[in-house]
Amino acid sequence: MKFDSPATTNPIDRLKVVGKPIDRIDGKLKTTGTAPYAYERNDVAPNAAYGYILGASIAKGRITSLDVSAAKRAPGVIAVVTYQNAGKLAKAKAHTARLLAGPEVQHFDQAVAIVVAETFEQARDASRRIKVRYAATKGAYDLAVAIKTAQKPAPNPDAGADKPDTAVGDFAGAFAKASVQLDETYTTPDQCHAMMEPHATTAAWEGDKLTVWTSNQMIAWAVRDLTETLLIPKENVRVISPYIGGGFGSKLWIRADALAAILGARAAGRPVKVALARTQIFNNTTHRPATIQRIRIGCGPDGRIAAIGHESWSGDLPGGGPETAANQTRLLYAGENRMTAHRLAVLDLPEGNAMRAPGEAPGLMALEIAMDELAEKLKIDPVELRIRNDVQYDPEAGPKRPFSHRDLIGCLRTGAQRFGWDKRSATPGRVRDGRWLVGLGMAAAFRNNISMTSAARVGIDRKGVVTVATDMTDIGTGSYTVIAQTAAEMMGVDVEKVVVLLGDSSFPASSGSGGQWGGNSASSGVYAACVKLREALARKAGFDPATAVFDDGKIRSGNKSATLAELAGDAGLSAEDTIEFEGLDKAYAQSTFGAHFVEAGVDAQTGEIRVRRMGGAFAAGRILNPKSARSQVIGAMTMGVGAALMEEAVVDKRYGCFINHDMAGYEVPVHADIPHQDVVFLDEVDDKSSPLKAKGVGELGICGVGAAVANAVYNACGVRVREYPITLDKILAGWAKV
Amino acid sequence: MKPFTYERVATPAEAAAAALKNPKARFIAGGTNLLDLMKLEIEVPPHLIDINRLGLDKIKETDQGGLRIGALVRNTDLAADRRVRKDYAVLSRALLSGASGQLRNKATTAGNLLQRTRCPYFYDPTMPCNKRAPGSGCSALQGFNRNLAILGTSDQCIATHPSDMAVAMRLLDATVETVHADGRTRAIPIASFHRLPGTTPHIETDLAPGELITAVVLPPPLGGTHIYRKVRDRASYAFALVSVAAVLQRDGTGRAAFGGLAHKPWRVEAAEARMAQGPKAVADAVLAGARTTPQNAFKTVLAERTLAAVFEQARA
Repeated sequence: MKFDSPATTNPIDRLKVVGKPIDRIDGKLKTTGTAPYAYERNDVAPNAAYGYILGASIAKGRITSLDVSAAKRAPGVIAVVTYQNAGKLAKAKAHTARLLAGPEVQHFDQAVAIVVAETFEQARDASRRIKVRYAATKGAYDLAVAIKTAQKPAPNPDAGADKPDTAVGDFAGAFAKASVQLDETYTTPDQCHAMMEPHATTAAWEGDKLTVWTSNQMIAWAVRDLTETLLIPKENVRVISPYIGGGFGSKLWIRADALAAILGARAAGRPVKVALARTQIFNNTTHRPATIQRIRIGCGPDGRIAAIGHESWSGDLPGGGPETAANQTRLLYAGENRMTAHRLAVLDLPEGNAMRAPGEAPGLMALEIAMDELAEKLKIDPVELRIRNDVQYDPEAGPKRPFSHRDLIGCLRTGAQRFGWDKRSATPGRVRDGRWLVGLGMAAAFRNNISMTSAARVGIDRKGVVTVATDMTDIGTGSYTVIAQTAAEMMGVDVEKVVVLLGDSSFPASSGSGGQWGGNSASSGVYAACVKLREALARKAGFDPATAVFDDGKIRSGNKSATLAELAGDAGLSAEDTIEFEGLDKAYAQSTFGAHFVEAGVDAQTGEIRVRRMGGAFAAGRILNPKSARSQVIGAMTMGVGAALMEEAVVDKRYGCFINHDMAGYEVPVHADIPHQDVVFLDEVDDKSSPLKAKGVGELGICGVGAAVANAVYNACGVRVREYPITLDKILAGWAKV
Repeated sequence: MKPFTYERVATPAEAAAAALKNPKARFIAGGTNLLDLMKLEIEVPPHLIDINRLGLDKIKETDQGGLRIGALVRNTDLAADRRVRKDYAVLSRALLSGASGQLRNKATTAGNLLQRTRCPYFYDPTMPCNKRAPGSGCSALQGFNRNLAILGTSDQCIATHPSDMAVAMRLLDATVETVHADGRTRAIPIASFHRLPGTTPHIETDLAPGELITAVVLPPPLGGTHIYRKVRDRASYAFALVSVAAVLQRDGTGRAAFGGLAHKPWRVEAAEARMAQGPKAVADAVLAGARTTPQNAFKTVLAERTLAAVFEQARA
């Protein structure tokens, strides 16, 4: 099915199942610990041996000698694999760094060897008996230094970076002439995904056929990348990933755990499983790159933006890509004269890549402080400033490219009203509650809506049970449930009558989970397959597919009806289709919007920062399941608090690594850090985004919230921190200057 | 983890005998720190002596009017003890500010005193660290040291002691009771129990090899207002940037001990003579000789401000 013109009325609009806050259909499996994760597939890969990865202890250089003899002799060891005996491997195009080092080492903790043993402890202990000698070479690890030689990156549409630079009008001239100017630089640090389930894989070979149970967000990409890495035909690779304990972008591509398990299994001649230890995840895998962002905004006293410029610098390994932190500035606010630019420096840190709303999350952390600073200069309320600069079309393309649906103003007004924004004192440091200085801050939320081709197969059996099969993943987001709701609505059955099978490359290829495209795209693929199945059932019943009504397990036409179970018969019926999105994303800017509001307390003596209250209003088209959508958004808001106040992968610039590489050193919010979060979704539909009229929502909640926290901290205590994370030492330093 | 042997002992005498037989053995109680360190091969004991069944899990009143806390009393139980909550509230509060409920359920009184530093370089076996590998150098001096020590440091080590409980014990002038492998017993004042790094940062306490802590004894109650104020980046489950344990009396006198600043709980009795002059006077005396880095210099300001916050809280 091609989706190339706006949706009209369709069976989803009945909203009997879609749009209801249905509990997760996989919830019981999760809460009872019976959902099988990649590392615990004893049911299908019994007798797996344990693999453990030895990582490089230098950041850049070469392995000059490798002595694995002691490891091979260690108790329980079955095999040791290094680049010397791994066989021919290639780097998949999607990877910047190779998954197995040797002889070249590209980053700290890059996998050097895989030890396979009868037990995990034997494998880990033996890995430490491997003697590796390195010739280290000097690397670049300091972004502030490396940006001096930063370059314009090559366009990379796959990574949402189709153009590194944009320019409209005369930014420099208009900025110079503006009576009110803001020109500030903001920094965001390197960050790590810190999802709960580590990267983990169980792999098994049967002859040339490889089966990989792995924790992965994008099954079709995993097959592609394994094919490219192992130089084997696609038909020989099967990837299975039905349950995933969080990915946040770190599992968009296969990582070293998968390759280690695969090579280990080949060497051992039996299934092998590998999970990365928590300490390995920080340097062996990917991270969100640090950014340095300069923002310039020029306007008149009325606050209407005349010139807006956003430049972002980040670093990556050679051949890598930029953090596209200026992207949202192309679309969020009005202004005749504009420019954005991304520059990329070479850094020899581990591979930088997608994490929790790449681009917008760090970009809005900067842009939305800048807007707060501008509002203060103008003495205009920050909500009002954003309303004045709303624009109903792509401001780079002009009115010929309107937004498919944009209600940022509705989010701002609704959010402000619910939060009690009118009680805010514009002057910082005026509100005291015991030992706390209390402030309010807000920020706009913005995340582009991406739609991806997605296929599904839907079948019905003689009991009237509808089974959906697609390689879509559920990374904790609720995919199982919204897909079941979509199929139930389309087929006119109860949601309990729907079985959803996900995460298997033998199923039709879906959009996968990433960039908040999964829920809308994959459900649309299911919609397309359901349309086909409805046609098949209607034809079998002798009804006109266009007018037949599916309801209550039956198909009706006029006063005639038949049960779906009878029509399916003993053989059952099934249909497969693919949704392909064509044209509407070019004709219309498609984005999701919101407004964040935060109350923060700053201890008047110690500068400790605690978030006291959070609220947000969000507009993301039709909300397929308000309960799972709310869970997504409150989780994202929590990540935003982490980004604002604590998350920083600290670079040791001597050793070229992230040194706080465990969960004691890399702090993320705990329960005590997160207060009540009020979330409301605007009641809207977007007929240009998909047949379901929904958009992505998973990542919207993280976009902007960091700046809302920063602005609340400023309003509380009068210290403007432009270097994230905002920690009490920076508050104390600010007070010392006053 | 290196393979190791394991035995469970039933009496302190058995524990002593086992320790004599295996000089490189470690006692294991809650294991909340030791097991993590063994997984990383920072600790590589060939033998573990499980002391959980020694019966040292009671809190008893002493003839002097204090409390003898068995070495194996769990942090949760110690914090919840009625007598501790009433007469040594600062200890209860310090305990409850540390770790998580699950960890406190396992962690013991003696084990808490013996926690090892959380310096990131100590935890990364690929990095030089004089504490982990004597003579290899200190990576922290010129590295990531935002939460490392500013008092009593040396050129060999700037690690901090991570315990909250130990800060309260130091404030309360607790005594650590031990038994040597040969059966001799001794009582070590908490002030001299932990050592400064000096040139031997790998030696952290005054304990001799095989010496086993049997109890921690609290002197009679001090009265006054008990406060434990722990400052950290997030609200829970984090080590202190700075902490202050204090007992303040109505007459303006009092005691204060600091965590997060040094290789041991930091208390300067001479500074307490200035309590009546207010927090700045006390802090100036406590922080005299502080040696800071650009990353951790904020701790001097923070320590003074935290003490001021404690004074304010006591008045409130």
